Amino acid sequence: MELVLSAGIGVLTASGVWLLFRPRTYQVIIGLSLLSYAVNLFIFGMGRLRVNAPPLLEPGGTGGLLTHTDPIPQALVLTAIVIGFAMTALFLVVLLASRGFTGTDHVDGRE
Amino acid sequence: MNWLHHLIVLPILLPLVTAAVLIPVDERNRTLKGVLGFASTIAVFFAGVILMRAAATSGDGDSGAIVYLLGNWPAPFGIVLVLDRLSALMLVLTSVLALATQVFSMSKWHRAGHHFHSLVQLMLAGLNGAFLTGDLFNLFVFFEMMLAASYGLLLHGSGPMRVKAGLHYIAVNLAASSLFLIGVSMIYGATGTLNMADLALRIGTIGPESRMLMEAGAALLGIAFLVKAGMWPLGFWLPAAYSAATPPVAAIFAILTKVGVYILLRLSLLLFGSDAGNSAGFGQSILLYGGLLTIGFGAIGVLASQAMGRLAGYCVLVSSGTLIAAIGLGNGAVIGGALFYLVSSTLTICALFLLIELVERARDAGADVLAVTMEAYGDIDENEEEREVSVAVPGTVAVLGLCFSACAILLSGLPPLSGFLAKFAMLHGLFNPDSFGGDAPVSGAEWTYTALLILSGLAAMIAMNRVGIRTFWTSIEGTIPRVFLIEIAPVLMLLAVCAFLSLQAGSAMRYMDATAKALAEPQNYIGRVMSAPRAGPTGGD
Repeated sequence: MELVLSAGIGVLTASGVWLLFRPRTYQVIIGLSLLSYAVNLFIFGMGRLRVNAPPLLEPGGTGGLLTHTDPIPQALVLTAIVIGFAMTALFLVVLLASRGFTGTDHVDGRE
Repeated sequence: MNWLHHLIVLPILLPLVTAAVLIPVDERNRTLKGVLGFASTIAVFFAGVILMRAAATSGDGDSGAIVYLLGNWPAPFGIVLVLDRLSALMLVLTSVLALATQVFSMSKWHRAGHHFHSLVQLMLAGLNGAFLTGDLFNLFVFFEMMLAASYGLLLHGSGPMRVKAGLHYIAVNLAASSLFLIGVSMIYGATGTLNMADLALRIGTIGPESRMLMEAGAALLGIAFLVKAGMWPLGFWLPAAYSAATPPVAAIFAILTKVGVYILLRLSLLLFGSDAGNSAGFGQSILLYGGLLTIGFGAIGVLASQAMGRLAGYCVLVSSGTLIAAIGLGNGAVIGGALFYLVSSTLTICALFLLIELVERARDAGADVLAVTMEAYGDIDENEEEREVSVAVPGTVAVLGLCFSACAILLSGLPPLSGFLAKFAMLHGLFNPDSFGGDAPVSGAEWTYTALLILSGLAAMIAMNRVGIRTFWTSIEGTIPRVFLIEIAPVLMLLAVCAFLSLQAGSAMRYMDATAKALAEPQNYIGRVMSAPRAGPTGGD
């Protein structure tokens, strides 16, 4: 599981960074999205990987490190997803505005 | 828990609520929106002043930190707002800038697009939150809030230039935000806490295997803030974005780079002070040399700029370079002067961005008339020049010219205004660290810093002289710019604050030195945060 997750984060980051440096606005936005997925998985991984361990206590139950996983990274991921989503939507609008003004999808507004 | 405690949340809540209230109001009632926004900022300003007085009256060696437990959970578990001298200072500075730009925008610029006043309020809420929070992840949330509002503000007025600059600005900042998140989560993974005070306690004791992870996280976090602060080579986006923005937006953006500087200052002194064990002084040399390079790059940019907007943009770089290098020097006596410089230079750059628009209004008109005259009459100008030797300067141009020379004096650090006092205080601290208990010899980097500080002032002087001569002394009679009182009043107000700082330099410097001392010895701050009592009936158990 560790290997799959770290390879996934690595591939996402590498593709994201490569696309970020491409000259088309669409490539840039896809790159930023991939990068934010990688970051979200990374935050999740920082809470240590556990299978079959809930992050919340049952009503009346007691919890411990043996049976439960760290809930904080999961809460952080949720916030990061929401903010990342909002920023991507905003960037999409600016991308379309730029396309409308310049008639090209080059990041500098000209070929 | 008295009313003063609850006043801490006001600088975040009030702008947030005001922004929400302003959004449904019809755009035709712009003046009403502007007045409501202005009233909210005034309230935040007074709250900031009250909080600053509360922080300032605490005794010597006391950080003056007031801790507000947001969910009423004790410190390392719940999230906290912390107000100390530094954050109170930044709150007041931010609201002064916001007041000036809001008044300025009400003459015409808020008509250039939708929701200007709401966006300013949202940005204020984000900025104030970033200054007050005592928690790394909340810092990210407030940072994003401030950035989201700044994207909207940069695009205010629209047009191909602004959209292009906005596209680059947003892409750079989104990438930086990803680094911010990676850094925060690495620090959490290594230390298990996000509370800054708790982090400072744990950093000294973590094992070598976690230390590397923590330092890598801190470095990534630092890069995110340095992008914001515009350190060379991470700040190439800055002059383009700032000169493309509408003038009131560019003016309020003067504080955005200072957020990066503020957080670097806070975290490097809190986390990597002498108690940090093997990590003490982490990243200081990067800050020092990066700051020096930024000053150099900014000074060259100042000299090379033709347009005034770009000149002001490079002045922003010089200012943040000076501050970053001052943090990197790691000398408490310099930090006091650097804080004074932070206030003075931010006010000056804000005034300059506002002034540029007023001045260029005259220059464009003048240049147009000149072009027409040249076409129609050939080189008839030569005879006219001799007649015009003693022509009276129109009142408006005189006021603009005086404001412009005040800006030039402040930027280049000439006496008698606060720019000189700030640089003097920094250099005094550099050569006389005795009051802080050090007597190390002056190093090569410190000599370089001194030289660059003075040379960047010279570069600003030369560039401002050139622009000023070209603008004010070649104006043709009859092209007086139309300037309204509410446009020049904010500029005069900002410059008056600088003049006030120069007159009250003694008490201002005492405040800054006390701030620097509290930052250099964070034990008091940490203790306050960790032992903050809970409110309500369950408090104290």
